[in-house]
Amino acid sequence: MLETAFAVWKFRTFILASIRGELKGRFARSSLGAMWFILNPLAQAAIFALVLSEVMGAKLPGTTDKAAYPVYLMSGMAAWGLFSEIINRSVNVFIEFAPTLKKIAFPRICLPIIVGGGALLNHALLLCAMAVVFAFYGHFPGTSWLAIPLGMVLISAMAFGLGILLGVFNVFVRDVGQVLSVVLQIWFWLTPVVYPLNVVPANLSWMLAFNPMVPLVQLYQGALLHDQWPPVTSLIFPVVLGLLLVALGLLVFRRASPELVDVL
Amino acid sequence: MTAVVLDVAGVGKRYASYRSSLHRFATWCGASIAPTSVYWAARDVSFQLRAGEALALIGQNGAGKSTLLKLITGTILPTTGALHHAGSISAILELGLGFNPEFTGRENIYQAGGLLGHARGLLDRLMPEIEAFAEIGEFFDRPLRTYSSGMQARLAFALATAVRPDILIVDEVLSVGDSYFQHKSFARIRKFKEDGTSILLVSHSMGDVRALCERVILLDKGRVLKDGKPDEVVDYYNALTAAKEQSNLAVEQSREDGGWLRTRSGTLEVVMDRLELVDPNSGQKIATAQVDQPLDLVASVTVNQDVPRLVLGLLLRDRTGHVVWGTNTWHTKQSLDHPKAGERIDFVFKFQCTLGPGSYAVSYGLVSSESIHENTFEWHDNALVFDVLNTHLPFFVGTTRLPGEIVIRR
Repeated sequence: MLETAFAVWKFRTFILASIRGELKGRFARSSLGAMWFILNPLAQAAIFALVLSEVMGAKLPGTTDKAAYPVYLMSGMAAWGLFSEIINRSVNVFIEFAPTLKKIAFPRICLPIIVGGGALLNHALLLCAMAVVFAFYGHFPGTSWLAIPLGMVLISAMAFGLGILLGVFNVFVRDVGQVLSVVLQIWFWLTPVVYPLNVVPANLSWMLAFNPMVPLVQLYQGALLHDQWPPVTSLIFPVVLGLLLVALGLLVFRRASPELVDVL
Repeated sequence: MTAVVLDVAGVGKRYASYRSSLHRFATWCGASIAPTSVYWAARDVSFQLRAGEALALIGQNGAGKSTLLKLITGTILPTTGALHHAGSISAILELGLGFNPEFTGRENIYQAGGLLGHARGLLDRLMPEIEAFAEIGEFFDRPLRTYSSGMQARLAFALATAVRPDILIVDEVLSVGDSYFQHKSFARIRKFKEDGTSILLVSHSMGDVRALCERVILLDKGRVLKDGKPDEVVDYYNALTAAKEQSNLAVEQSREDGGWLRTRSGTLEVVMDRLELVDPNSGQKIATAQVDQPLDLVASVTVNQDVPRLVLGLLLRDRTGHVVWGTNTWHTKQSLDHPKAGERIDFVFKFQCTLGPGSYAVSYGLVSSESIHENTFEWHDNALVFDVLNTHLPFFVGTTRLPGEIVIRR
């Protein structure tokens, strides 16, 4: 464990440069460049808000604020986006870097770290952009925004652990990546991002109790929309699961490591 | 004797396939499940590399050269045996890994250099030297996607050799870029060697091997077949390759009865028994010649059936397939009339080897007239392969040594 940390430290130049490259690759050669950070989530929220609240008449219960739904939506989307981006990229990262893994000896754990770091940086920029957009709606950041970094850590821990686990398996069985995209879609709709939690029928609410993303998405929604701190008890499940997944991911990674390059 | 810097002891690499991936996953948890098929890419390989020694690995495709380099580099782990090294290893198995097309050359030095484990501070210090060595001018600060492949190779090589390692591993990358840069990179590797770096080289260019290495290991099917001085091992390798080519010919001939190959391989009314390059001074068969050396190309032919006339054609090609020279005994007015069945004829082509350094192949045709299209008794492409080295004369490029001298007046 300690030598892994030391190896990662030794390769920090590579990790930092690669994270910068991830960001640069995304917006290089587009004339609006980083503006897309704001435009993309804004457009997405606008579409959902238009379809769901204007066309289908969905409203957030207990509020008359017209901006409440878009803010709710963007908060949940941001949380979910961080989670799905880390997982989606981690699952393919070893395959993507196959030529490099085969020919250059470097700590392989750097790759999921680059993915996680890139996604976190993206996410941070997105949150800044959202703060600007929310300001136009008349929502200004409150003190409970300070809960967001905690949410980021918990979401990335879960996604990182799960991502490594699936990334390793995907090298050996390529179906994992295909199945994952379907599972993530189902998972997304089982998480109250688009709809509020209280519209879920009572006989289905047990499902939400098993979904670790529910309290994390709620953390974002609570902080950004209602300026509320999350109840500590709601975070026990994500903390425990996050730790377990990171430990399991690293363990499987360690076991699979010798054979990883053999089958790439 | 200098110190051992790399010790490869009984190293083997097994690639296993399992019936199902679940079986493989189970082996990680300690279960012992036999794989359905195994393939040994390297087996029981042992050798030691000493400080300042340059060693070449040669062998045909699939002999296990690259596998061995990956094992030494550490990207794959050996199934059996052990590898120990003292000092830093720098491996150039492929140029341009870790580059980002959107980054400029300079930014890529940080990313790809970081991938080699260099810290930013070190890369800052190395930057002027890398920029100077790559010689890509203003492109150094332009995005990599605008580079030609040669420029990418220059940048990658400049970075890969920016720090002198204790052991340098090079896999077939010396042939990148234009010849100016090839010489420059070769000179840098030679300088490393003078400064005490041990070199492990994989190359199909026997010229490179002889020019740089004082020891050669021949690999075949993952095993060490021969380990020794370049002349000895390279000649052995060439003989082995020639033997394999001969056996190909036998396969072609054995398919004669099938019919369709008949026109290609000839009627076999007259066949070649022996085609050798001989040093006329010693009478010894050789596979490597010096520029300007007198040589005999000896062709022994057996006549199986009476034929009206016999003409021997010879053709010399360079490595790229270009014809360097060719003629036949009809043109030299030496065609033989009515050779009898059972007769054995020796043709000796005596010539001065005014060829440039490189690899050449002799093809021959045994025919009845100046045209190869009628009555071809036997036709064999690239029947004999030999290398030409330039060790005595001043450096020159090309396939021909033009006799001449440069006169300077001032």
